[in-house]
This record gives sequence, C-alpha cells and structure tokens, in this order.
Amino acid sequence: MNLETIVKEFGLEVRCAPENLKNNVTGGYTGDLLSDVIANSREGYIWITRQVHQNIVAVASLKEHAGIILINSCEPSRETLEKASQEKIPIMVSSLSAFELTGKIYNLLGKKD
Amino acid sequence: MKITVCSTENSLYQDSFDIEGGNFNKAGIVSTRIKSILKQMGLPADVVRKCAIVSYESEINVVSYAKKGVINLTVNPETVLIEVVDEGPGIPNIDLAMQQGYSTADQKIREMGFGAGMGLCNIKNYSDIFHISSEVGKGAHLLMTINIKQ
Repeated sequence: MNLETIVKEFGLEVRCAPENLKNNVTGGYTGDLLSDVIANSREGYIWITRQVHQNIVAVASLKEHAGIILINSCEPSRETLEKASQEKIPIMVSSLSAFELTGKIYNLLGKKD
Repeated sequence: MKITVCSTENSLYQDSFDIEGGNFNKAGIVSTRIKSILKQMGLPADVVRKCAIVSYESEINVVSYAKKGVINLTVNPETVLIEVVDEGPGIPNIDLAMQQGYSTADQKIREMGFGAGMGLCNIKNYSDIFHISSEVGKGAHLLMTINIKQ
C-alpha cells in the first residue's frame, strides 16, 4: 500500500514532499521517544508522532521511513519542513490522536496487504 | 582509558567524522553519512542497520552532553568498528549510566524526545562487542564492534 491511499482514506494534510506519496508503506510505528523509534521501527514504516522538531527528519531518513504523520493537528516547525523537503520525506498532519490514527492505519494495512 | 583499535592494515575503509556538541540542528548528519557509506560498500542490510543505530545514538550522546567529539569508522573484512571519543564531563558512574531508563538529560533534551535513558542500552544491544570507559571531567570513550559475518 502506498502513502497516497492512507492520505486519502484518513484525510491527512500533506505538508511537504508530495512527490513521494507513492512510497510503499510496509508497516508502522508510533512513538515520541527517538531512541525507541530508532531501535524498533523499520524501513518503509510510517512513523506516527507528536514531535515536530527537525530531528524527526534525521530519524526518518536514517531508518528510511515511508513518511511521518503528526497527530493532534500538530504542525511541523519551519526547519523540520525545510529539512524534510530536502530529504524528500513526506510529512502529513492528522487531527486524530495517536491512539485513533494508529488503530485505523493498522486495520487498513491488515486489510489490504 | 585509551583502547587501541585493531590494526588497520587489512581495513577496507577508514574515516573520521567530527561532531559538534550542543548543536541539535546537525544531529544525525554523521550517522546518516556512515549509513550511506556502509550501504554503498554493499554490507548486509542487517549490519548497516545495526551500525546506523549505534552511530546515531552515539552522535546524539555527543550532541547532548559533550563539547565535541569524533566518530572513527573502520570497516574490516569481518567487522565494522565504530569508535566514539568525546571531550566533555564524562560519566561518573558507568554502571548507572548503562541502566535502562537512567538519564541525566535536562528538560530541553527530554522535550525533544531524547534523554529517555535508552541510548547506551541501544548501543550495547546492537553491538557484538561493546566497550565503554570514561574519565570524569575529560570525556567518554566508546568502542563498538559489529560482526559482518554472523
């Protein structure tokens, strides 16, 4: 499943790198502790977080995540957007909580994969 | 305190990367570079993944706590060596620092999602051999070996 399907299904707002919405999503990880995400997420995952600072881009880039979704309508900082655009990592915003969004994406990935 | 990194005569690649303490804007750049070098060398994906985790956590530690530091990367036919030397306050109690969840990070670091007391544990868990030493007031020295052939 690609990011575009997830964006459409849950009405996510794309903040940068729309050219990479074709990225394949192989799974997901939800977390705000960067060491936890670094240790436990995998390549191709969608990362769900409420961290908005630029270090999330380095983590996503290092782990080759498909993209980052910010929850509770949190907006990325200007530096985050600049870096993510350079690194071509899509950042999306959802009005849902981490719990709700994770559940919905988990079910969607389970259905269609 | 100094641990001698094994002979470099057979090494396939060697380089050093400087890290600026306190600069979170640049945090992750060195580890991203190390990862892409190892990937380009054609090392197995799992080895690259371990090296990326180990170097990222080390880089974050230098940025969070030290004045400056350096990561020395050596790729040998059978192992990858990642050595981290920093100039900073050092670690007064290494046993305590190695405990999962123990952290001396300030509020600013924690708000960014760092300083959860997981970094050194991640480094140890993803290394095949892990050495840590420190001199208080001078800095810390880490040496990680990741086996290429499992």
